[in-house]
Amino acid sequence: MLKLRLYVAGGAPNSVRAIANLAAICKEHLHSAFKLEIIDVLKFPLRALADGVLVTPHLAKLSPFPAAKVVGNLSDRASVLTALGISE
Amino acid sequence: MAGMANPLPKIATGIGGFDELSRGGLPRHQTTLLKGGPGSGKTVFALQCLVNAVRERRERGLFVAFEESTRQIVANAAGFDWRLSALMKRKLCFVDARLAPEVVHSGEFDLSGMLAMLKAKKDELGASWIVFDGIDVLLTLLHDPAAEMREIYRIRDWLVANQMSALITAKTNGDYDFMQFMVHCVVDLARRIEHGVSLHRLQITKYRGSDFMAGEFPVSFGPSGMEVAPPEPAEIRHQASTERISAGFQRLDTMLGGGLFRGSSTLITGLPGTSKTTLAGKFAEAACRRGERTLFVSFDEGAEPIVRNLASVGIQFRPHLKSGLLHMYSARTESIGAEDHLVKLKSLIRDVRPRCMVVDPLSAIAKAGGLSAARAVASRLIYMVKDAGITVFITAINEGDDPSTEATDLQVSTIADTWIHLSYVIRSGERNRALTIIKSRGTWHSNQVRELILGASGPVLADVYSAGGEVLMGTLRWEKEDEERGKTLQRRAEFDHKRRELQVSEADTRARIKAMESDLARQRTELALYSSDNEARIVSTTEREKELHRIRGGDAAKANGSNGSRSSR
Repeated sequence: MLKLRLYVAGGAPNSVRAIANLAAICKEHLHSAFKLEIIDVLKFPLRALADGVLVTPHLAKLSPFPAAKVVGNLSDRASVLTALGISE
Repeated sequence: MAGMANPLPKIATGIGGFDELSRGGLPRHQTTLLKGGPGSGKTVFALQCLVNAVRERRERGLFVAFEESTRQIVANAAGFDWRLSALMKRKLCFVDARLAPEVVHSGEFDLSGMLAMLKAKKDELGASWIVFDGIDVLLTLLHDPAAEMREIYRIRDWLVANQMSALITAKTNGDYDFMQFMVHCVVDLARRIEHGVSLHRLQITKYRGSDFMAGEFPVSFGPSGMEVAPPEPAEIRHQASTERISAGFQRLDTMLGGGLFRGSSTLITGLPGTSKTTLAGKFAEAACRRGERTLFVSFDEGAEPIVRNLASVGIQFRPHLKSGLLHMYSARTESIGAEDHLVKLKSLIRDVRPRCMVVDPLSAIAKAGGLSAARAVASRLIYMVKDAGITVFITAINEGDDPSTEATDLQVSTIADTWIHLSYVIRSGERNRALTIIKSRGTWHSNQVRELILGASGPVLADVYSAGGEVLMGTLRWEKEDEERGKTLQRRAEFDHKRRELQVSEADTRARIKAMESDLARQRTELALYSSDNEARIVSTTEREKELHRIRGGDAAKANGSNGSRSSR
């Protein structure tokens, strides 16, 4: 099962857009076979830092192998799909 | 602006020289931009500021690295005596902020999350300092000049809100010029290759609300980190000692009017092979014999060969090296820039604390990139050594035999107190060394040329004969000396002869006096005898006359007295 974690910075415009973009991708390509955790780095900054997150928004694909990281508001859907290993 | 009512609070960086240039360091709670090309020393500058803040003022610092990994940075700093790993536990925190190359980019991102995380880290650590090292690396990932500017302003606002003293480093090639307008202070670092040697330069181009020294200054890297060479102070303050110390051997001291002044500088110029090193070695050995700590710096020649070569002319370094009085340092000039040599010598002087010092040959640093740099280093070295009250012997090779060509090279002859020139005099198939004292400040010195002879017991100065306006050396001098010796012998023989003659005639006279004296004595005796005889004769004559008269029965009155003969007349 696809496990994803999205790091956002509260209500920052790019973070809000990333959530929306990811939701759309999930809805169209993943149906229900995924697990998504959203972490607000404003609330858990040290955890995010420990996770190696630097800039936001930051999407991490935790499983299955291989792991992947996507940085940005996820507006470029094609690159997100490639990174997550989803074929259109 | 020095007279401002409220001077900008500044923090010393601990970078030698920089705090003087910036009149106190970097602005507190403000941002400084360090810009410069790759390898210009931005990271070292930033890290050194942080290390100094941690060590000197017990501050805490965050180092956010966008370009290099923490491991790389720590490894690069291992050459400095910062003991980074000890500080890294709780005082100095590195944040690896590199975006891995495998990270996929999709749309715009921003630094609001990062700054939130850094704030949490800063609060956890209690940091008052932050470094953003290589911010340009992150900014270029935004692929949008407007976004870059927006994020830079986001950082600035964050720094102001958090009252951080910050350093931002960036490779700038005109892309991020706008950053200069939002920071308080801009420091330009540059690395250039001149004559095959890389030279570092630093320049403060902006310092809001503060005075600073404008202009480019040489930068060097020593054991304690970066060092900026401030310009020489306009005022020269050297103690002028009247104490005389030996320049190495007595004859030279005599020529110098009694030796060198303590704390003075002596320049020895000459062609290769004119025994500059020997002279310097003799000076060093004499210093060691007086029990003074001595530093012998040689360029482009190892300590071992120097010790061996000097031993062949009776100058013994080994016992002094063993006792620790003598410290030798050899360097290859072309390996590092002239500035770096100066830094190295500075730290050596600090460690060795010499009273006497030799730099052989100083002219070699001209090879260490750029004549102007070498000149500056040469004069700064002399001033530095004089400031420390060290008596120094500096040798310099000059290309021609004209001593003034040296002056056009490193231009140290004007700074040096004493200038000894060694040259070759070639005549009658011989090459002989000649020593001349060109100048010696504040003291009488011989104006005569002397021949320098290297014997097994060290250098010796011999008188030079001038015959018909020409100086005689080597064999000619020896011949002249021989001739002089011959003349002396002849004169002595003549004198002896004359004396003997006089002695003989004196003895003769004395003998004659003696003979005459004995004559005199005899004559006196004779005279005495003659007188008494006559008396006796006169008496007896009278007696006989009386007797005769008595016998004849003559008139008694007529016979009374000796006038008998008169009456008969």
